[in-house]
Amino acid sequence: MAFFEVTGITKFFGGLAAVNDVSFQVNEGEIYGLIGPNGSGKTTMFNLINAFFPLTHGEIYFRGEKISGLKTHQICQKGIGRTFQIVKPLRRMTVMDNVIASAFLHVNKKREAVKVAEEMIDFCGLNHYQDKLAKSLPIASRKRLEITRALATRPKLLLLDETAAGLNPSESDEAIELIKKIRDSGITIIIVEHIMKVIMTISDRILAINHGMMITEGLPSEIASHPEVIAAYFGEDYRAQS
Amino acid sequence: MDTFLQTLVAGVLKGGLYAIIGMGMTLIMGVMGIINLAHGQLMMVAMYIAYVCFTYFGLDPYVALLVTMPSLFIMGVIIQKYLLNPLAYIEAILPHNQVLMTVGIAMVLTEVIRFIFTSNYLSVQTSYSSSTLHLASLSFSVPLTIAFFSACLLTAGLFLFLLKTDVGRSIRAVAQDAEAAQVMGIDSERIKAITMGIGAALVAAAGNLLLPVYYLFPDIGRPFTTKAFVITILGGMGSTVGAILGGVTLGLAEAFASTYKGQEYEEMTGLIIFVLVLLFLPGGFKRLTKV
Amino acid sequence: MKRNIIPLIVLAVLLVLPFILRDPYYLHLMILVLMWVALGSGWNLISGYTGQVSFGTAAFFGVGAYSAALLMSKLGISAWWGLPLGAFIAVLLSFPFGWISFRLRGPYFALVTLALNEILRHIATIWESLTDGMVGILVLQTFISKQPYYYIMLAIAVTSIIVIKLVMDSKLGYYFVTIREDQEAAESLGINTVYYKMVSLCISAAIIGFTGALYTNYMGFIDPKIVFALGDISIMAILVGIVGGVATIYGPAIGAFIMVAVQEFFRTAGFGLFIYLANLTGWSFMHTAVKYISQAHVLSFGLLVIFVIRYLPNGVVGDWDVIKRKFSFGKTGSV
Repeated sequence: MAFFEVTGITKFFGGLAAVNDVSFQVNEGEIYGLIGPNGSGKTTMFNLINAFFPLTHGEIYFRGEKISGLKTHQICQKGIGRTFQIVKPLRRMTVMDNVIASAFLHVNKKREAVKVAEEMIDFCGLNHYQDKLAKSLPIASRKRLEITRALATRPKLLLLDETAAGLNPSESDEAIELIKKIRDSGITIIIVEHIMKVIMTISDRILAINHGMMITEGLPSEIASHPEVIAAYFGEDYRAQS
Repeated sequence: MDTFLQTLVAGVLKGGLYAIIGMGMTLIMGVMGIINLAHGQLMMVAMYIAYVCFTYFGLDPYVALLVTMPSLFIMGVIIQKYLLNPLAYIEAILPHNQVLMTVGIAMVLTEVIRFIFTSNYLSVQTSYSSSTLHLASLSFSVPLTIAFFSACLLTAGLFLFLLKTDVGRSIRAVAQDAEAAQVMGIDSERIKAITMGIGAALVAAAGNLLLPVYYLFPDIGRPFTTKAFVITILGGMGSTVGAILGGVTLGLAEAFASTYKGQEYEEMTGLIIFVLVLLFLPGGFKRLTKV
Repeated sequence: MKRNIIPLIVLAVLLVLPFILRDPYYLHLMILVLMWVALGSGWNLISGYTGQVSFGTAAFFGVGAYSAALLMSKLGISAWWGLPLGAFIAVLLSFPFGWISFRLRGPYFALVTLALNEILRHIATIWESLTDGMVGILVLQTFISKQPYYYIMLAIAVTSIIVIKLVMDSKLGYYFVTIREDQEAAESLGINTVYYKMVSLCISAAIIGFTGALYTNYMGFIDPKIVFALGDISIMAILVGIVGGVATIYGPAIGAFIMVAVQEFFRTAGFGLFIYLANLTGWSFMHTAVKYISQAHVLSFGLLVIFVIRYLPNGVVGDWDVIKRKFSFGKTGSV
């Protein structure tokens, strides 16, 4: 059985299918990329995996256990952490307290939670900001805080939603470094990303979707040259010309 | 059987009035996203205005509608503009500070009226206050019947306004998505002020129509605020059609509780409905009908 | 250590206060202040820290008060046993109502607590065979002197502050604030928000119910209008919380002092100042003024709610920097 497996998940909003019969498997230790144009259902997919929305059809398995049907907080407790595209910092808490609050998932004593939090802040390089209020951070650091916080819950699988969006080139290079570092520490990652450069450099495998349906799955090089992917991103005309 | 039918009639007639109370509230809920806990108190103020019109100027309560509705409209606009809208720019730890603000407004309105008129019970005795129409074995209170049909007219008017006018369309746009409406060039603060004004004017009409058959005292506002939020929750927040159904349901439930269990249970009825709705039908009638 | 010095000094002063303050009237006021410290702290836990605005302090307070009174009047058991019982019943009551509202998103909790408040007042009024309705229940006081009550109330006030301080420094506290700041983020960080909101409500209800039972013991008389009062209990609790400082440990203590002073100022027409002036000058309008001022305490509450929300949303403690800036403007004005 795969480390993480999604079989035939479907989500209807009213009569519209936001995600339609999507299946894929993720192996332990890899970075699995999810691409698709705006509104293609990438974030919805994350919201389905961590149960913000109930599934219409389909099942989700994690480490041999069925997790579809569980509540959001239970899914996190099983070891799936996530970040948000539109970041959700706990605004009136310091960066340190943000991370401490997450670290409490697996420890009960404050002393231990602080230790975990310090480790994670170190790991993600947020030391500089640790006593600042979360609302006062610049966007790049807020995105980093999202990741730090998710890591403090000790996930085995991390869902990263548009971590590099809105960052300048040097910041986005740093983000890539961080994501690689996380993978090297033994955490499996599913990443949704709009910026092609980011996703092509770090993903081991990529799934392309459009209109909530799977187009193709494969290695980054295969995806980049796949005609339907190109069509979805650049329109029919582009394919005709090339 | 007669008692049953009579209660049914009384319930429906009262329900018509509750519907316009609820519609104002639900409109405010839809556009501002807040429960207006000063709703009944606004109605109370309108009733006092109508009382003054009747007692000092000899104005019939139905004519006084032309005074109370515009006055309350202006009052609603002022409240929204100067007390509620500014709160959007205040960084407060406590959520729902706008709801709290309406509670403060409710208290101030009640006490100011108490200062002016004292706590004494007042009433408006018109020639038709206690006259009734008879249809078969049923009797219809004349003022309540007039109130019911006026409520129907006002409802129709509100729907026309929301569907056909530019302001009405803007109100619906803001209710659906305030941010998107802002992007489309709708001044959402102005729309909010107008909505509050309309809500206040509607509840003013309800109070005014109720005046010939009701006692008037400063604390009358609170039970009506409770009724208003019960109707809003029952109908589904933000749904005008739901508010009509909710209003009639509450009117009927109260009438039956009061006939068969005793007057003192009337007020409890709404509260019990409220709890039951949250238990078994969170989202209210709106969930059932998708209107 | 340094941060605890001021509260410790205040505590020391409060401990010796009854020996200095001989006048039972002022001691009574201090007992009320301490009662509001406990009630305000209870409200602050669920509303200020956890972000679930409660309009139902009176519901839990009244349930505690009636538990104590009914123990005495119906079973002949000392009303002091009402303290633990009141806390227990308040917690029991918070289960169904918390469950109803916490699973829904929106202002439901505020409405449910408001409705609960009204429902209980109606029940206490209508169910005459149990509660004697509007007549109320009389309970004989144990002590004639106010001093014992003062120290018991002080113990409760201090205990509630310590309990909340400990809670807020633990996992619970971090989870409460996380829930207030962002419910969705909290869920995705593995926090069972319904459960933790429930825990917060239970602690809050226990503190308030306990205090309510003590109120019965101290005052010796309760009726539905007094203990289930929306304005004088539920709104007062909100004001104590906001004026002092939302989501601060010592805010409710400061808020309680200010609010009891305000309440008493109006009730006694400026602590008798206006009556004194009226008698001194013999002006008849002064007497009228006295009458109006003593009627104006609810009005003053309403105006305070509006003012505080508009200009001091985080209270004296929370907005201390803002206040300091306003008043020190003259000194640093050139900057």
